Amino acid sequence: MSRRSLLSRRSTAWAALLAIATMTACSRTSSPSAGGTTDPATLTVYSGQHEQTVQRLVADFEQRTGAKVALRSGDEGDLANQLLQEGKNSPADVYFAENPPALNAVSARKLLAPVDAATLATVPAADNSPNGDWVGVTARTAALVYHTTSVTETDLPASVMDLAKPEWKGKVALSPGETDFHPVVTAVIKLHGVAAAKQWLEGLKANAKIYSDNEAVVAAVNRGEREVGLLDHYYWYRLRSENKGAVDSSLHYFAPGDAGALIDISGAGVLATGKHAALAQSFVAYLVSEPAQQIIATSESWEYPLRPGIKPAAGLKVLPSLTPAPLSTADLGDGTQALDLLQQVGLL
Amino acid sequence: MVQVAVRPPDLSASGVRGRLRRWHRFPPVLLALACLTAALMAVPVAAVVVQAVSVGAAEAVKVLHRPLLPTLLLHTVQLTVLVGIGCAVVGVGAAWAVERTDLPGRKVFRLLLVLPLAVPEFVAGFGWLSIFPAVQGLKGATLVSVFTLYPWVYLPVAASLRNADPASDDVARTLGVGPVARFFRVTVPSIRFALLGGVLISSLYLLAEYGAFSILRFQTFATAIFTEYSLRFNGQTASLFSLILCLLGVGLLLGEYRLRGRARRVRTGAGGRAAPLVRLGKGAPVAMLAVGVVVLLGLGVPVGSIVYWIVRNPATTLPPASVLSATLQTLWLAGVAAVVTTVLALPVALLTVRHPGRLSEVVERSSYLVRALPGIAIGLTFVTVAVQHFPAIYQSTLLLEAAYVVLSFPLALVAVRAALTRVPAILENTARTLGSAPRSVLWRVTLPLIAPGLGAAAALVWLAATTELTATLLLRPTGMQTLATRFWAYSSGLAYGAAAPYAAVMLATSALPTLLLVRMGVFQQKRA
Repeated sequence: MSRRSLLSRRSTAWAALLAIATMTACSRTSSPSAGGTTDPATLTVYSGQHEQTVQRLVADFEQRTGAKVALRSGDEGDLANQLLQEGKNSPADVYFAENPPALNAVSARKLLAPVDAATLATVPAADNSPNGDWVGVTARTAALVYHTTSVTETDLPASVMDLAKPEWKGKVALSPGETDFHPVVTAVIKLHGVAAAKQWLEGLKANAKIYSDNEAVVAAVNRGEREVGLLDHYYWYRLRSENKGAVDSSLHYFAPGDAGALIDISGAGVLATGKHAALAQSFVAYLVSEPAQQIIATSESWEYPLRPGIKPAAGLKVLPSLTPAPLSTADLGDGTQALDLLQQVGLL
Repeated sequence: MVQVAVRPPDLSASGVRGRLRRWHRFPPVLLALACLTAALMAVPVAAVVVQAVSVGAAEAVKVLHRPLLPTLLLHTVQLTVLVGIGCAVVGVGAAWAVERTDLPGRKVFRLLLVLPLAVPEFVAGFGWLSIFPAVQGLKGATLVSVFTLYPWVYLPVAASLRNADPASDDVARTLGVGPVARFFRVTVPSIRFALLGGVLISSLYLLAEYGAFSILRFQTFATAIFTEYSLRFNGQTASLFSLILCLLGVGLLLGEYRLRGRARRVRTGAGGRAAPLVRLGKGAPVAMLAVGVVVLLGLGVPVGSIVYWIVRNPATTLPPASVLSATLQTLWLAGVAAVVTTVLALPVALLTVRHPGRLSEVVERSSYLVRALPGIAIGLTFVTVAVQHFPAIYQSTLLLEAAYVVLSFPLALVAVRAALTRVPAILENTARTLGSAPRSVLWRVTLPLIAPGLGAAAALVWLAATTELTATLLLRPTGMQTLATRFWAYSSGLAYGAAAPYAAVMLATSALPTLLLVRMGVFQQKRA
């Protein structure tokens, strides 16, 4: 190796290090969001809900109240774990989750404070936490997405139980790891008993192809890779808006009262250890207020606003016309029973 | 006070005392720094062990009897073996083609072959799936992993092929050994260390990988750990699974140690001439096609899919300002991590290279173990430790940087070590005998000689930090957005058109240090 090449290589390296150092120094000033401490007057919201929608809600809340909100978006499960690990030291004031089990896991550790009675009264009582420590904000319903060129609506099952029958072998797409699926399993357990639920899951396992998440399920059915997929309704609507309406699939709802005609709630609670209790309560109250529910109804999250009198987005089936399975959020519990069964069967 | 000229072999009963004496000779500041760094690296693994032990026997037995467990074990082992073999074949093949043959366009290929390093695995998985939906399961996971991880084998193997003394090959040829036999009997043994090291790193990556396999629907321990945390909120079971992953990682480390044998150091140095190039002749188009396919699969597919999504769905609600601010944020975080990690890797590398022994070996190897743990497990151990012991830095940039440092430390260590082993200790010793103080030897002799290695280390850390997602989501200050978190937020909302620009910028910013890696050569010297 010649001396010259050594020198040139060495100078490249030093230049690189210098460049990194300089950039580090320069961009330190240009990133205001960095920095350890949060403003004491800032409300910290942990949100596992659709980020774009929550951002709109936060911006509107800030404008209305003049308060500042620090939004921490993530997977609802990750955030629940984070809250459990943080315990009493959590910087969070509000937790907005996609499904009751995540909220109930936090509630079970006594980390949630009671939500103001007036806020709870805004939405149907059955949609709130049985302990009154979180309020229902939006709803989604279980549904069956189907590939429109390979199946017609008349051939689709009236009950989610039928998906375990042999005629559906190789035709079902399923993501058993999704938190949206577990309430359906719980509903089957409640309505048909554990033994029947286990049999159903075994049949489903034999029939279904497993996907990592519902985004993959809806995409697979839309491509025609599988004929039907079990998921929550909004995945299909999001796919449709992403594809600008050009889809080869549609949604089918299960018969009234069926375990598959399940309405699942997304809710929010106030952390008992939060340092801005009053502001946190007013944020949660805002989430079920008319303007917030209007934002939810018109956003791309495609979920149902829970406040009575707010029309859901155009194209969504109106919620009351779906007759849900006769189950309350208390019946749906923390989902442990469903998870146990899923693990016994080997789907998890 | 740094070191003596030649160390006698350490066989006697006084070996321990001798070792102690050598340790004593190591500058105390560096020693303290090295120990501190090693302790920091051990935090996640130690926390996982503590948590797993606290689970209790009854619960542990129940978890270990779950029907899914054998499947997870089988999947993880299958994948590790298949990807290991795949990476070895693709990495060695590509390195041999661009370093030892007259392959047309080999200078360009040398660059392109490294670039898949700049593609985060979750982007690759997303790319493959959105273009070829049929890619999934074991085959899909193997395919995607091989073509994203092979550069870890390709880089060191290419370097050692370039450095290897062609003398043995000449001798073999004059003895009438054919080209194929020479490849297996001369070339392969000469690149054994590089090959094993590369396969080790890629396998450790594989153990921890969650994002890509969840996209490709292939269950491994890493995906199961994620499920356990996210669905059951059960940190205990998750930590048991993490412990199993750690043990698999230890198995890999021991296996590699066994295979590479006692002779740990490769002969390097500037000596010797370059090996003659094999003339491909009529085989040239075939070889070009093969290398082209590797580039196409490793780089073309993810880049292509990003371009496809941008072109297909250009109208989004995306404010360009958010791309810019996420980019600046990411560059800043990655830049700090790169500098700090490289600085911390130096004392450990000095200790292990200049003062080899069992202890320094343990320090070095155990720092690799962290790579076998999925980001969620590492992230949550940081949450736990920080909340309980350092609440002041919780959810601060400082904590996030600490996580980046721990996660990318093994990469920096590999690069700095490789550079140090190439600097003969005699140069430093000569400077010492000429009266230079130890500190001045470090500044005036050692550091300038290993500067390319330091640059390479910084570049590797930069890459890792730019593309890190899971720990970032858990540890970032509330409200902080990096390219990876933005990409994740949009792609998990099915808004691929909006997600794609972030992926594109992420790729571009990590391509920069990758090119730098090639320019300086992580492990090599220039061809004469």
